[in-house]
Amino acid sequence: MLAPQVEIMLVAALAGAACALPGAFLLLRRMVLIGDAISHSILLGIVAAFLIVRDLRSPLLLLGAAGAGVLTVGLVDVLLRSGRVKEDTAIGLVFPAMFSLGVVLIARGVGSIHLDLDAVLLGELAFAPFDRLTWGGWDLGPRGAWVMGTLLVLHILFILAFYKELQLTAFDPDLAQVFGFRPAGLHYAWMALTSLTVVAAFDVAGVVLVVAMLVAPSATAYLLTDRLGRMLLGSVGLGVAMAMGGYGLAHAFDVSIAGAMATTGGLLFALAWIGGPRHGWIARRRLAAQRRWRLAQQLLAVHLLSHEGTPAEAEECALAHLPTHLRWKPGFTAAVIQRAEEAGWVIREGECLRLTEAGRQAAREALVEGEWVFLLR
Amino acid sequence: MVPELFRDPTFWTVALGSSLLGGVAGALGVFAVLRRESLIGDVMSHAALPGLVLAFLITGSRELPPLLLGAALSAGIGALLAVQIPRRSRIKPDAALGLVLSVFFGMGIVGLTVAQQRPTAAQAGLDRFLFGQAATMLRRDVAAIALIALLVLTLLILLWKEWKLLAFDPVFAKACGLPVGALELLLAALMVLTVAIGLPAVGVVLVSALLVAPAAAARQWTDRLERMVVLAGGFGALSGGLGTLMSAEIGRLPTGPLIVLWACGIALLSLLIAPRRGLLRRWYLHRRKSHARPAG
Repeated sequence: MLAPQVEIMLVAALAGAACALPGAFLLLRRMVLIGDAISHSILLGIVAAFLIVRDLRSPLLLLGAAGAGVLTVGLVDVLLRSGRVKEDTAIGLVFPAMFSLGVVLIARGVGSIHLDLDAVLLGELAFAPFDRLTWGGWDLGPRGAWVMGTLLVLHILFILAFYKELQLTAFDPDLAQVFGFRPAGLHYAWMALTSLTVVAAFDVAGVVLVVAMLVAPSATAYLLTDRLGRMLLGSVGLGVAMAMGGYGLAHAFDVSIAGAMATTGGLLFALAWIGGPRHGWIARRRLAAQRRWRLAQQLLAVHLLSHEGTPAEAEECALAHLPTHLRWKPGFTAAVIQRAEEAGWVIREGECLRLTEAGRQAAREALVEGEWVFLLR
Repeated sequence: MVPELFRDPTFWTVALGSSLLGGVAGALGVFAVLRRESLIGDVMSHAALPGLVLAFLITGSRELPPLLLGAALSAGIGALLAVQIPRRSRIKPDAALGLVLSVFFGMGIVGLTVAQQRPTAAQAGLDRFLFGQAATMLRRDVAAIALIALLVLTLLILLWKEWKLLAFDPVFAKACGLPVGALELLLAALMVLTVAIGLPAVGVVLVSALLVAPAAAARQWTDRLERMVVLAGGFGALSGGLGTLMSAEIGRLPTGPLIVLWACGIALLSLLIAPRRGLLRRWYLHRRKSHARPAG
């Protein structure tokens, strides 16, 4: 038997990895809010199943919860197809109703055993080491680790088996239809597996924080890469990192583990949003600035090209008159000229600016690329 | 039993407060639903939690005004982030909503566990913000709700034409020279206020349903905005009153879920039986048509 802390970390890491995979597809298919709805309404499924079987360890609870998850998706679908409400409203109606019913049933029928409301909201990861799987007298370790591990393997197998189909439905559901590929069966199978995962993670993180486990790693990975395979791997890695970091924080400051995991997920996302290599805020700002300078240089080159060899050349290409003709501020004009000189596009000849061969080439390319011919008129 | 309850002034205080709250939320929710932003209220309520807890950690008291101020501030920040993330990155709006609400809620939970380490007994009441406990509503809480209801009502009437344009055609509104950005901000601020005063009664998880359900119900009965706002306000107030009544009658039940169940029940009923848009009527017509076909 491992130390309890190690076991908690193991369960958390497996849960993080197992949630990150369905989360990535929810993100790509723009169904994150469906995930949010499922995580709330499975409460009703668990409570209803418990009221029937009266046994907290019964696998029927899991089944009831997954059923409630699929029911949520179905109800939202029915409301949408009726055409009476829009998608956001449909989601906003279904899950509060089911969740409320679950809470009322807990308060009325179940009493305060296990399903107390705190556990619903926060999960009970700290108790994971006490719930053990035994087989023939052998202690096989915490049950949560086996459940989450099994789900992780199922997700990996599912993704390996249907990679192409999942890729197609994730990025272009319309094209999938055109190909005669009807994803309804796959959709509901995947939805059921996702519901099961959310249910299992519910024990770890509670209703609301499951959503963080679904969306934070995949959203972060989505900012870091453009390839599906890498995004999936990245999501899993980030899910594990979020679980570990959260556990560390919770351990250090003696706070809620699930809360600290969600906070860590938020931090990871913020880091990627600000400093990510291509889609990060800084990188986008830098790219936008680069494009602006390049556009200005191209404008300058095109201006010079259009007056090259004309009688007005001396006037139009005089350094002193360029700001007037290009309608730029003198400081900006000077900066553009300097950059163009550094790029080897222009050279100064006395009071005039002239294109080099490279500059002429660049101006022609810009004209073709941007079809700016109208500027020459 | 019932007459006794009705003679109890505390019950009337709570019922009045819940009804007012339901009314304001219902009326404002119309704009959220029409603008397809039904779930922004959900983000606001979850995002309110860290601010609320932080205010408690700073002031160390359970006085509502500072707590709700903190709640409103962080709800505003959360809503702003949920709107800005999709504009400033490749993350889609649905993911931004889910991310902000769960991460802010997680931070709030971390704060709650920090508050629980405090030796003072005062933190015991913070839990009620999760599911709401309208029974603890005091007369001055009701006064605060009434004040906000009055503010919302006044602004709704004064800027009626502006709201109408904003709800149906923000692009046209902008072309008309309306300060669309400022109006959207005002609308968001009103929603944040409503969500904040709703927290003690209905709780973080469910307060958004107070915005969505009455509006969705009202939409089924009419095509006119003014009627829709009045109806949604009425439905919301009715749910608030009935939920409080049930909670007081049965006891031990948190008020929030009951109010929400009434609101969602009214919405479901409206979807089924509303005169022109009702689904029952459509099914009936559909059947009659398919029966009539062989004869005609």
